[in-house]
This record gives sequence, C-alpha cells and structure tokens, in this order.
Amino acid sequence: MDAAKPPVAVDEPDSWTLRVRQAIEKNLPMDNFLPHRQPFYVGSWVYVFGVITIAALVWVVVSGVVLAFMGPQWWHDSGVGRFFNSLHFWSVQLFFIFMVLHLWGQYFMAGWRNGRAATWAIGVVIFGVSILTAFTGYLSQQNFDSQFIAVNAKDAMNAGGVGAFFNVLNFGQMYGLHIMLLPIGVTILVVWHIVMVRARGVVKPIDPEGGIRS
Amino acid sequence: MDSPTTYFHWGFIVISLPNVLVIAGMIVLFAIALVAPFPRGGEGHDGRR
Repeated sequence: MDAAKPPVAVDEPDSWTLRVRQAIEKNLPMDNFLPHRQPFYVGSWVYVFGVITIAALVWVVVSGVVLAFMGPQWWHDSGVGRFFNSLHFWSVQLFFIFMVLHLWGQYFMAGWRNGRAATWAIGVVIFGVSILTAFTGYLSQQNFDSQFIAVNAKDAMNAGGVGAFFNVLNFGQMYGLHIMLLPIGVTILVVWHIVMVRARGVVKPIDPEGGIRS
Repeated sequence: MDSPTTYFHWGFIVISLPNVLVIAGMIVLFAIALVAPFPRGGEGHDGRR
C-alpha cells in the first residue's frame, strides 16, 4: 500500500456541498469557465458586441454608484456632477446599442442552437428588465423631463393595470427600483447569461451547404 | 437646442430624425463588423486561437 496516498472514503456522506461541487465540475469545468483560447470562427467583430455591452454595463454601474452617493443637487448643479450624469446617460446609450447589435448577431447565427435556448431566453429577459431599468432612470432624473415622462406615462400604466403597484408618479418607488432592485436583477441575469455561454461555448456557425456543423 | 426635432411620418411609423440616424448607424456598424478583417493571433494545431 502506498503510504503517500490518502485513504479513500468508500461511502461519501450525503452533502449538499458535495452535490453542488460535483454539479459545477460536471457542467462548468474551469477550462470552459476561463478559456484562454477560442475556436477559429470566433475571430469576427460580431462576437465583440457582447463584450462591449458588458463594458458599457460596468460604466453604467460605476457612474450610477457615484450619482447615488452624491444626489440630485450635485448631478444637476456642479460641473463634475453633470459630467457623471452624462457619463451615466451615454454609457446606457452604448449599452442598449451594443445589446441590440449583439441580439442581431445572435439572431442571424441562430444562437439558440444545440442546447442554448435558455441562454437566448435569459438574454431576452435581460433586454426587458433593462428597458424597465432605463425607464425608471428617466423617471429619477429630478427635472422637468422626468416630471413630463411620469405624468404622461401614468395613463399607460393605469390602462395596463399595473398602476396600483407601479406608480410612476411615486419618485421614491421609481428611484428605489432604479438604483437597487432592477440593477441587481440585470447584473445577476448578465452573470447567469455569461456563465451559460461559458458552459456551452460559443455556438458554431451554420453550415453554408445546409445543416448544422457538429 | 430647445426647438423640436424633425419627425418622419412613414405610414403608421412616426420616428424622429435622431432615432433614424442611430438605427442607420447601428446597421452600418453591423455591416462593417461582418466584413472587417479581425486581427488573428497564431492558431494552434487544433484550429483554436
């Protein structure tokens, strides 16, 4: 018997940590989670759109944290505040532009193939939650623009039947949703989306002669 | 800056000039991404980069 080897337990105790670890090792090995090389077909600018979207989201969150700390008077009345206000606004514009370009790319390459339907579906949910987050952001500006949007949007919300629990005239509710619940939701969904992409790898191109490359 | 922008009325579609420019720019950027050469590193024996 080799004394250097540790004794092997024949019967592993039932443990949720063991089951979780085995599930992670099976579905998301480290080679997939942090790959250092990609298949040759990933060499296209189309695959960069998703990364730029994530980069824009980082800037959205960073500038948003600064705005939340400093408050409306600062972001309206000081030069640095207006700079961060603009940084937040324009990084959101880039986030949406590149998210839609990423969506176009994945649509035309049928990114939902070969077990990636859930990855596509989570992307759709991210798109929806992002729109809601941006909407509550427009309502949180604390200026005439946000008042105009709120007063006009309330009728649509009431007509849709959500006005009782989503009151666009309630600044505190909109601001709380915008800086807390919705950004956390978007971030969790984006991390989930990326983990699923890493678990299955980038979808292979559609064979130009028909069928799907295996 | 304070004057309203130009709006296009194409049938049931009503869209502002800035939004048309953004969408046109996105289409152009998408087309460029499809055809622009991507800088390639050395490929491994298995074709992976």
